[in-house]
This record gives sequence, C-alpha cells and structure tokens, in this order.
Amino acid sequence: MKKKQVLVACGAGIATSTVVNGAIEDMAKENNLKVDLVQIKISEVGSYEETADLLVTTAMTKKEYPFPVINARSFLTGIGTDDTKKQILEELKK
Amino acid sequence: MKELFFDESIILLNVAAESKQEILKKMSTNLVEKGLVKPSFIHAILEREEEFATGLPTEGCSVAIPHTDIEHVVHKTISIGILKEPVEFGVMGDDSETTPVKIVFLLAMDEAHSQLSLLQKLMQLFQNQETLKYLYGESSRTNIKNFVKEKLDLSQI
Repeated sequence: MKKKQVLVACGAGIATSTVVNGAIEDMAKENNLKVDLVQIKISEVGSYEETADLLVTTAMTKKEYPFPVINARSFLTGIGTDDTKKQILEELKK
Repeated sequence: MKELFFDESIILLNVAAESKQEILKKMSTNLVEKGLVKPSFIHAILEREEEFATGLPTEGCSVAIPHTDIEHVVHKTISIGILKEPVEFGVMGDDSETTPVKIVFLLAMDEAHSQLSLLQKLMQLFQNQETLKYLYGESSRTNIKNFVKEKLDLSQI
C-alpha cells in the first residue's frame, strides 16, 4: 500500500497542528500504518493538492480540495476525540 | 532553547473586558511591557484571532488559545487571563459559532512545530473540568502559578 500523505494544518502552523500531528503519529504507530505527515499552515494547503491524500485541520477551510478534510478540534477539546480518530483511521486504511 | 517564562506577572485575574479584542489587548500589552513580545505582537494577535478563531468549548468552561507567528515573540511564554465575565470568542474551525470564554491561554511561542509535550500538557489541562473550575475559583496568583507549573511539568524553571 502506498504511504499516505496527510496534511496537518492550523492557522499559524505553530500550536494546534503540533498537537494534532502528535496524536496522528501515535495513532499510526498503534495501527502499524506508515504515514507521511506534513505539518503546515492552512494557507499552504494549495501547494499539496497534487500529492496529499487527506487534510486534518483545526482551522476553517473555505475551499474545496480534491481530498477529504477532517476537523480535528476534538484533539484540543477532548470532546468527540474517539469519533475523529475513527474517521482518520478509516481514511488511512483506504 | 530558551526556557518558557512563567510567573505571577503574566497571570491576570478577574479581568474586566467587554470583548475578545479588549482582553487580548490587555494581555498582550502586559507581555509587551514585560519585554516578552514585540509591540507588533498586539496587532498580530488581534488579526490572527479574526482570521482563525481560537475559542474552544470544553467539557468545563470554554477557553481560548490565541497565538500568532513566532517573529513577534522575544521570549517564549504562556500568559493566563481569567475573565470576570465571559466574553464571546469565535469557535476554532467554525466561522458561524461563538462561545463564552472564561479563561484565555495566550501562547507566545518562539519556534514553530516544537513544544509538543508542553502543548499536549496544556490541552490536557483544559480538558479537565476540575482544573478549569479550580483556576476559575482561585484568587491567589502564586497558587495558580504553582498549580500550572506542576501540571505543565515546568519544575525545571
């Protein structure tokens, strides 16, 4: 299976994406999945349109992308984290 | 890597503010006066909050984690502001919703993509209802400082 490229984006690429990045890293390890995680600012997503398989973000996305987008606020608030993890896993296993 | 600056002077209690702009200005002006951030930090924080809201509804009271680009930061710090009355912040990742925020954790980070364990501990801190209740009810800045230091594992400072 091809290694999936997952974009992790927040407004500044400093705080929240760091936390989300860490959570996905742990998830991938637990499930023995190889993932190419790229941590960026939401404004940089456009330049990955050709290569990315999934976008996980805490920021608002106004644009349509050719790959699925998952909202990751739950990793910060603790509300609904299991659902978000399930969604991400489903995409990674596709 | 410089250590995180954290003491009583950047913990603001019982802050009266009418709006998110007012609390953000108060907290960032305090950091400018302490020389922890550049004067440009104030505008950058306000602008960023407009563009990418940082309000987070949690199981306890809502919190906000405003932050901006590293170029405005002189020395890494986390300022805590506890509001007298909640003010509305936009919900992170959701343009259409606001949430009444009681506690603001203003992040001034001097490196991108770093501080994972510190940020994770901070998120754990406000995912805990009891902790938020404690912060909201405590009137001693020293107690809050010691409490947060322990929770964030800042004992080395």
